[in-house]
Amino acid sequence: MGSSRILILIAQRIAMGVLLLFAVSALIFAGTQILPGDVAQSILGQAATPQALANLREELGLNDPAIVRYFRWLGGVLTGDLGTALSNGRDIASSLEDRLGNTLFLAAIAAIVSVPLAILLGLLAVRYRNGAIDKIISGLALASTSLPEFFIGYVLMLFFAVKLQWFPSVSTVYDTMSFVEKLRAVALPATALTFVVLAHMMRMTRAAILNVMQSAYIETAELKGLSPFQIIRRHAFPNAVAPIVNVVMLNLAYLVVGVVVIEVIFVYPGLGQYLVDHVTKRDVPVVQAVGLIFAAVYIGLNMIADIVAILANPRLRNPR
Amino acid sequence: MSDELAYLGRRVVAGKMSRRDFLGRAAALGVAAPFANMILANTAGAQTPKKGGALKMGLVGGESTNSLDPALWLTQVPQNFGSTWGELLVVQSPEDGSPQPVLAESWEASDDAAEWHFKIRKGITFHNGKDLTPDDVVQTITRHADEATKSAALGVLGDIDTVTADGDYVVFKLKRGNADLPLLLTDYHLVIQPNGGRDKPDEGIGTGPYKVEVNEPGVRHMSVKYDGYWRDDVGHVDSVEVIVMNDNTARMSALQSGQVHIINRVEPKTVSLLERVQGVVIEAVPSKGHYVFIMHCNTAPFDNADLRMALKYAVDRQQMIDQILLGHASLGNDFPINQSYALFPEGIEQRAYDPEKAAFHYKKSGHSGPILLRTSEVAFPGAVDAAQLFQQQAQAAGIQIDVQREPGDGYWTEVWNKQPFCASYWGGRPTQDSMYSTAYITDADWNDTRFFNEGFDKIILEARAELDDAKRAELYREAATMVRDDGGLILPMFNDFLDAHREEVKGWVKDPNHETSNLRAAIRVWLDQA
Repeated sequence: MGSSRILILIAQRIAMGVLLLFAVSALIFAGTQILPGDVAQSILGQAATPQALANLREELGLNDPAIVRYFRWLGGVLTGDLGTALSNGRDIASSLEDRLGNTLFLAAIAAIVSVPLAILLGLLAVRYRNGAIDKIISGLALASTSLPEFFIGYVLMLFFAVKLQWFPSVSTVYDTMSFVEKLRAVALPATALTFVVLAHMMRMTRAAILNVMQSAYIETAELKGLSPFQIIRRHAFPNAVAPIVNVVMLNLAYLVVGVVVIEVIFVYPGLGQYLVDHVTKRDVPVVQAVGLIFAAVYIGLNMIADIVAILANPRLRNPR
Repeated sequence: MSDELAYLGRRVVAGKMSRRDFLGRAAALGVAAPFANMILANTAGAQTPKKGGALKMGLVGGESTNSLDPALWLTQVPQNFGSTWGELLVVQSPEDGSPQPVLAESWEASDDAAEWHFKIRKGITFHNGKDLTPDDVVQTITRHADEATKSAALGVLGDIDTVTADGDYVVFKLKRGNADLPLLLTDYHLVIQPNGGRDKPDEGIGTGPYKVEVNEPGVRHMSVKYDGYWRDDVGHVDSVEVIVMNDNTARMSALQSGQVHIINRVEPKTVSLLERVQGVVIEAVPSKGHYVFIMHCNTAPFDNADLRMALKYAVDRQQMIDQILLGHASLGNDFPINQSYALFPEGIEQRAYDPEKAAFHYKKSGHSGPILLRTSEVAFPGAVDAAQLFQQQAQAAGIQIDVQREPGDGYWTEVWNKQPFCASYWGGRPTQDSMYSTAYITDADWNDTRFFNEGFDKIILEARAELDDAKRAELYREAATMVRDDGGLILPMFNDFLDAHREEVKGWVKDPNHETSNLRAAIRVWLDQA
């Protein structure tokens, strides 16, 4: 009985996500249509002659009505065909594959370090709340979040790449590199990203657990003589999982879609730079494809957070 | 003149003449100090090249949208990488701007300069093993000259009527005489490709010293030495890797930590800091590129010659050079030609900052109220600051300029060549003729000052077909004076190319024609590794 209700809830949530994705695809398409400027002019740049412009416009099919182009595009996406980039004629799907792989690699490394670290620090801060350890952890985390990411990147670069020369300042990764070489290449950008996302997750973990710590059953647990860490581990943390997962997912999404600055600074071939390059060239098919991927990442991760929240909620698991 | 300077340069290098005396002699020959220094540096750089090593360049100006099709090149990464694998018929000499043979062995023109015969070098192979033939040359030129093409070189080739192969020769017939045809063929788009690149324009097959190995647009490109290359005075290193680094700090740190050997576009602000770093050499080269404020001569209030003149007198050029480019530039004189061009018109009076004259012309124009100047950080490096400085300088003459900052995205489509007064830049062109015919004759493709002057057009056309250098120089002096005194161009400064490299990079040729040693640093330098 209970499990089927959960299944229904989850199915509803997934259906919502898919619907949302379609809505976003329409928005993305509409948005790319109202960008100022013209694809042909952007491709040919300052040195374009009117004749060359007219030829290119014709060739790109920019003269069809927007609605026709939307459904043509949507049909392609559903069959896995993202089309070819207008600007250099390369297949979008295959170019995206490498870039997306790189972005996910960097995000994964940053997440593997930052998520456990943030939760651990959050737990520590709660255990020693309002003491020196709590204040040091919170202060450092807040400071690292307040600094803009390019600044953290430049500082890391100055000390660890230029002065000490432990890690390269250029993080370009190649297919031919071994895993360890890749790890070394992304060490600095991953560290910078860790600093950027750490504090948010840590603070939310701390706040969510502290919230639960006010509950009556925590007092009961204290009275029955459990140690502070056991209280947090067995009683407070499981009840605070939903908000923590939420904030972790938000930060993971940020690691995938919001790192263009770090990519540029460390010369990392990720999806962000790829998107920016194509936006400036008004390369609409690529902008649409990348926009859709970013939307899917956001919606997907939020969906996971919601599903975890459903599963973690005992009231939903055991309905009366 | 350049022979004598080259001779004097060799004497300095041999220790028979002091640097100071050399600059004195150069000045007597009418060559300004920065240019004389350049000639000297190039003479001194003539040592024996070492072979081998993997050269890495970190360059700004690469996007994921780049293609290997030469017709589509606009930015530095494809341009620089292009010179490693592709070759032109002709390149321009770094010393005197004259055409030097590459794939064309020699050429001659008819008396009216309307028919040209280029002898194509024999025994050269493309990287796919095919022999270079005059037919490949014909196809390349016609592909770029085709009206249906997307080539940025289309404007350059507008004068060409027919191109045909004739034995070992390629024959150009022009619609009208053009004494500069060999120099027009130095345009970096005109890389000779098998069958002109008609089959697969972006396959990256050329005759250059390196063949394409890796092509990841917006990330990196790599080429390795081609065994069958035909000459040994270029192409010294074993492989060239061009890494896209669009962030200034990323380039600087990569150079400092030795991860790359060469970077381009050093920011003027950071030159003095980078100079102090051990193991780094700055290459500052006076260029033909210039930073400008442009007025539409046919739009009010700029249709008034006195108002244009007032604004020209209202710029303090030296202050602009010192504060915006920290001295890494040379003075402009409101016509788009400087000493880097052949037949530069010597002795035209340098226009100086003169608030009184500015106020006089301003009053005479009868204009009142603020003048709107549009600018953007993409117009040229420091363009927003430069516009504000201009605003202050003009205030001294009682001229009120309102500065409007425009978004960089869309500046070249929405503002430049549309709005009547804005900041902009021009790169150099191979010849005076191509500069004037690109932007100053009445039917120019980008007449961004709306300068319509029949007398001027006639002079340019006359000079184009004139094979006598003395007569030509006189015509160009007249043209320059017309643009300077009547045009819509305010040209405060010619920027320097600022590149930097590790000190183990040797053989850098200072070349005013284009940045990074006319885009050929990769094939000209060698690595002197211990």
